[in-house]
Amino acid sequence: MNILEFTILVAAGSFLAGLLGSLTGLGGGVVLVPLLSLFFKVDIRYAIGASLVSVIATSSGAASAYVREGFSNIRIGMFLEIATTVGALVGAFLAAFISTKALAMIFGVMLLYSAYLSRKPRPRAQRNLPPDPLATRLRMNGDFPSEEGGMRHYNVQRVPLGFSLMFGAGALSGLLGIGSGAVKVLAMDQAMKIPFKVSTTTSNFMIGVTAAASAGVYLSRGYVDPGLAMPVMLGVLAGSMLGARILVKAETKMLRLVFSIVIGVLGLQMLYKGLTGGI
Amino acid sequence: MSTTRNWTDKTIEEIVGTLLRVGVTLSAVVVSIGGAIYLARHGREPANYGVFHGEPSDLRILSGIVREAFRLRGRGIIQLGLLLLIATPVARVAFSIWGFAEEHDRLYMIFTGIVLIVLLYSLLGSGSAF
Repeated sequence: MNILEFTILVAAGSFLAGLLGSLTGLGGGVVLVPLLSLFFKVDIRYAIGASLVSVIATSSGAASAYVREGFSNIRIGMFLEIATTVGALVGAFLAAFISTKALAMIFGVMLLYSAYLSRKPRPRAQRNLPPDPLATRLRMNGDFPSEEGGMRHYNVQRVPLGFSLMFGAGALSGLLGIGSGAVKVLAMDQAMKIPFKVSTTTSNFMIGVTAAASAGVYLSRGYVDPGLAMPVMLGVLAGSMLGARILVKAETKMLRLVFSIVIGVLGLQMLYKGLTGGI
Repeated sequence: MSTTRNWTDKTIEEIVGTLLRVGVTLSAVVVSIGGAIYLARHGREPANYGVFHGEPSDLRILSGIVREAFRLRGRGIIQLGLLLLIATPVARVAFSIWGFAEEHDRLYMIFTGIVLIVLLYSLLGSGSAF
């Protein structure tokens, strides 16, 4: 295969990953590394470098639309970014000392967990929780436009737990080159009891900053190959922009099921390849 | 008080949105130009990403990337576009410090400053990318 054919195929695959990721809300980043390393036989370190760069592109592209709608909470995002960026730096440094086999296995476990999370029903959101002293001191409580119309107030809970989980999300992002949006949403929505819509948009807002923290390390270490990152970044960006456009009317329940099965299967394959040393 | 605050909040969000869009668009354009040059010159060579050898230092550090880009090397131009992309969230964080200063929110100026220091450390200090 020559470089031109390779570039076209990788761009097409990345486009599809970006499209499905944004339509299902599961993120395209998680399938990029398995796609590149399992099907295109790219070394996992190059795959992670390219994926990380594309994560910045999709997050910044989507966040530019979300900040205007008034859902994302800039204070919560900025405070938690302290944890995610430090975590991302730690993850990126760790990546240099971990064998590619171990990386593949960690990736596999993460994919299986993501597939499980996406099928698990979300517990009903509790409303009207009492204000938490620390969250109040940090001025995190906010309002957002509710479905019923008007603004709804929310009080943020368990800040230390959320902060610790965010450190983990950052470390995963730096180690595996993903946005780890699922863990970020889990930390905000489940641990800190922030309304789901606010959690997802704030998470999107944070992903670009988190990924930028580890991208610098990857770039200077020579893990970002321009020939590979070019089709991946442009493909994912185009796919996720198209996805965001058709999302409003699309019926995504079935798509979400299919995509979570794909994620699960890729997880098993990564785990298998890691164990047998085929990566 | 509350109306001025809302006004500033909204203005900041508008500017942040524009900043992110411009950064991503600019980066995508630069990467596309570099990609076109790269493919025109090297498209027929065999692709081989299965063996990891790391990038040459000219594509890892800022001075090298800029030099390669100005020589109109495709890979150098792509890398310059990717640097612009990485710089976009960093610029957003830097801008947020100004935003919180406008709101006289000292606590969040400190938090944002910490995030900015971590980001700059990653870019400048970790592997001397610049």
